[in-house]
Parts: sequence; structure tokens; C-alpha cells
Amino acid sequence: MRREWELRGRTAIVGVAESDLGEVGPGITSLDLAEQAAGRALDDAGLTIADVDGLFSHSAFYGMPTVTLGERMGIRPRYSDSTATGGSSFLAHVRHASAAIEAGMCEVALIAYGSNQRSASGGLVSSGQNHLPSYETPFSPRLPVSAYALAAARHMYQFGTTRRHLAEVAVAARRWAQLNPAAFERGELSIDDVLGSRMVSTPLTVRDCCLVTDGGGAVVMTSAERARDLRQPTVHYLGGAEAHWHVGVSQLDDLTVTPASESGPRAFELAGLRPADVDVVQLYDAFTINTLLFLEDLGFCDKGEAGDFVSGGAIAPGGRLPVNTNGGGLSYCHPGMYGIFTLIESARQLRGEAGDRQVAGARVALAHGNGGMLSSQVTVLLGDASTI
Amino acid sequence: MSSEVPGHAVVLPAHVGGPHAAYEALLENGVLGFQACSACRSAIFPPRLRCSACGADELTWRASAGRGTIYSTTVIAPRGREAYAVVLVDLDEGYRLMSRVEDHAVAIGARVAAELSPRGGSTLPFFVPEGGDR
Repeated sequence: MRREWELRGRTAIVGVAESDLGEVGPGITSLDLAEQAAGRALDDAGLTIADVDGLFSHSAFYGMPTVTLGERMGIRPRYSDSTATGGSSFLAHVRHASAAIEAGMCEVALIAYGSNQRSASGGLVSSGQNHLPSYETPFSPRLPVSAYALAAARHMYQFGTTRRHLAEVAVAARRWAQLNPAAFERGELSIDDVLGSRMVSTPLTVRDCCLVTDGGGAVVMTSAERARDLRQPTVHYLGGAEAHWHVGVSQLDDLTVTPASESGPRAFELAGLRPADVDVVQLYDAFTINTLLFLEDLGFCDKGEAGDFVSGGAIAPGGRLPVNTNGGGLSYCHPGMYGIFTLIESARQLRGEAGDRQVAGARVALAHGNGGMLSSQVTVLLGDASTI
Repeated sequence: MSSEVPGHAVVLPAHVGGPHAAYEALLENGVLGFQACSACRSAIFPPRLRCSACGADELTWRASAGRGTIYSTTVIAPRGREAYAVVLVDLDEGYRLMSRVEDHAVAIGARVAAELSPRGGSTLPFFVPEGGDR
């Protein structure tokens, strides 16, 4: 039997793109945005729909996402994967695509997503709806924010983390967003602004919560061998791992330890890397507490120490570790399932095309996706040609 | 041996359906029910068919004393409406519930007790500070 680490370096991301972002206005559907992003990513790769034989998607707006997108784009895939783990889905798709390509089950994988939630509803459109009895919703938590607020309150209780530590995360994201022309919120934001903004679910204010935007994204993958003949600098898949333990937040035993504490170490082992080897980090920051939890669980600092780790602008431009260099879900874009954008920004940083926010000499990138209520966690490590 | 299983034994009302229906039927009868595994002694919630700790097909319904400790809390203040606290409670029998607590200022670590109250056509467990007004 083959071993998973043999996937290291065997596949690559060869095209990435966003759709139009922000508020696209009426008359444009989620499927339009997915199609637009997918078309642009294929253009970026120098490939066409005729090359695509593996299709990967998830949507909060339409069922059978790959089947729906396949018809729209005229793609008739021989490998189809609508893995639905919330916002982390697209990182899971990358791992699945890597295995499928290596196994010969497809050659060119297209991973695509689109959401017009801001224009359509003005609020979050969740992919997590179901028709089962709930042991949480009768008590009216404001989900998802209250789930993350409960985790933040517990982290503060156990480790002395403060609201100021959380605000550091929001301010760092805004400072990166100010370097990204595509970011939705680029105005000045101070620690005091965050602390003084409207409380939503204690201890999280509206500035501790992600944006509600429209947007789509897409990633094209193929074998590393074929990638050499394509137009973009190769972004190699080095390793990836998935973990989930619970769906409702009341079923996460320790609210300060997420399944990222499994996905992170597994991904690093498969990639043959350690946290210290990572040059640029993209974390799914639906809420400020996410960034603290994931920095700890992925091994960038010890458990309980992320508040101090991010203080003094340490993850902002010019800090010790570049985190969420596009501005993240907090300031750049969050259409409901943000994961695809961690991959797009990782690829752009490794290709050296991130403009004013480019991290000099970035060779290894970590992309991390979250789904549900800290439920599904997926970690992907990517590297430039020097890592192979 | 049975004393090692958390909670105390409870007889289900007749003719209940699946695990969720059983939970609701117990609440209607004034019992805060949970399940315990006869094989591994784990307390299990929410209700299900088999033990999610060991996989055994040996879950039995138990009655909780309804006493526990606040694990975490968040206060939600909807615009134009009264604020309320949503809490996670660790019950003494070894399982966790999401609920509401009367006192917004209740802190992590505080002791609380369940009160079963009708809400929206069903009966639900809400919590009050232990020793408080019951």
C-alpha cells in the first residue's frame, strides 16, 4: 500500500482567481460568481474547460454543487467531489484532488465556489442547515458568533487572554487589507475602535466578527509534471490533513483545543516541515478568536500563549509572522465559506505576485480552513519549486 | 456495579419513538434525561442509538439531578430587546448541555441547577444559580 507522504510534491496549484468581490448587486447569482471565478482561474492556468476532468465544489445556495456547476460550465468530469465540511471544504478538496490526480482518477482538477449572500440576504447564508432536532437552537444562541464567543470566553478564563488580544487580530487584518486593493474594508482601525464597537455576543464585538460579503474563488490543480509546462510558477502541494470531532459547539470537549491540533501536526509530518519553516500563514478568521486558537493548535506558539504572541502588531505587516496577508475574512472578503481564499492568497504569495503585501522570499505557505462551529479543520501546506 | 453508571435509572414512557422522542417524553414527565453506557460507563448527550465513546449497543436512559457548573457563557444583546445569557453547563453526571441562565452575570465555574419550563410547545431545561430562587 502507498503511504500518504508520497503525495508530497506530486501535484500543484497551477491557476487561481477570485470572482468579483464585495457587493456585486442584484441580478448576479452565486452560480454566476462560481462560474466567473472558475473561468478566470482556468485563464490564469492557460487551460480550458476541455482540460478539466475533475470537478470539486460546495455551496450554501444550491444542492449537488458539482453537478450544477458542471452543467453551467459545460464540464463533464470523470471525478466529482462535493465534500461539504463548511468553510473548510475547499481545502479538503485540495487534498482529495491531490490523491485523485496521483491515482490517475483525474488529471486537471477545478475547485470552485461562489456566494452572493450580501446582495441576496444582507447576512450569512449558512451551508450548515439541516432538518434534525437541535439541542442548541431552542436556547437562541446567535450562531455562529455565539459558538465562537463561548470559546473566546473560555480561553480568556483559562489563559488570561484579553479583549485587547482579540482586537490585535482585527487590527492586524485591517493593516494587511490596507495593502490589498481587493479588500472590502480598508479604513483605519485601532485597538480602541475594536474595543468600543458594538457588542454582539460577549466577548466578541462586531469588529471581532468577519465581514458579510459576496464573492467567489477557484483553484486549478494538476500533476507537478504537467505543471512544469504551464504558464505560472508552480505551487506544489506538500501535504494536507483533515479532522473533525463535533458539529455543535456544545460537543467540543475543550473549547480551547480544536481539531486543528490534529490536522496541523499531521499536515506538517506529511510535508516534512515544522511551523518554523512556514513563511506566510493564511488562517480562516471568521472571528478573532479563530486566529488565536489556530496559531496555538497549529504549533506557532504554545497553548494559551497566542494572545501574547499576536501583541504589538506581531502578525501585522512588519511583524514576526505574516498572518492573513490578504486582510482575511475580517477585512478582505467573507462570503460565508472563506476557505478557498486561504488557498488563493497562499498561491499568490508563493508566486511572488502579491504586490504591496508580498512577503519577501516566501517559499512555504500554510493555508488553514475552518467549518461549522470550530468543527471541521483542514490544513494544507504549499511550497514553491525550491521546496521539492 | 450499576452504581458506577452515572445518574439514576428511569423508566421510559411507553410507546416513545427514537432517542430524541424519548428525551422529549422524559422532559414532559419532569425528568431531565440523558443516556449512559452500561459497557463503558460514559454519560452520553445528545441522545443517540449507540454509545459514541465505545460503540456498544448498551445505552440506557438515566435521570440527571440537574446540577452542574458553568463551563462557558456569552451574553447576547439583540438591538431593542432584552439581553440574555447562553451558557454551556457541565452536569455533575458527566455530560454537557447548552442552555440559558437567568442571571447574566453568572461566571464560568458557578454552580447552577436546572428548572424544566415549557417553551414553544415543548419542555426545556433552563438553569438558575444554585441555591437561588427555585
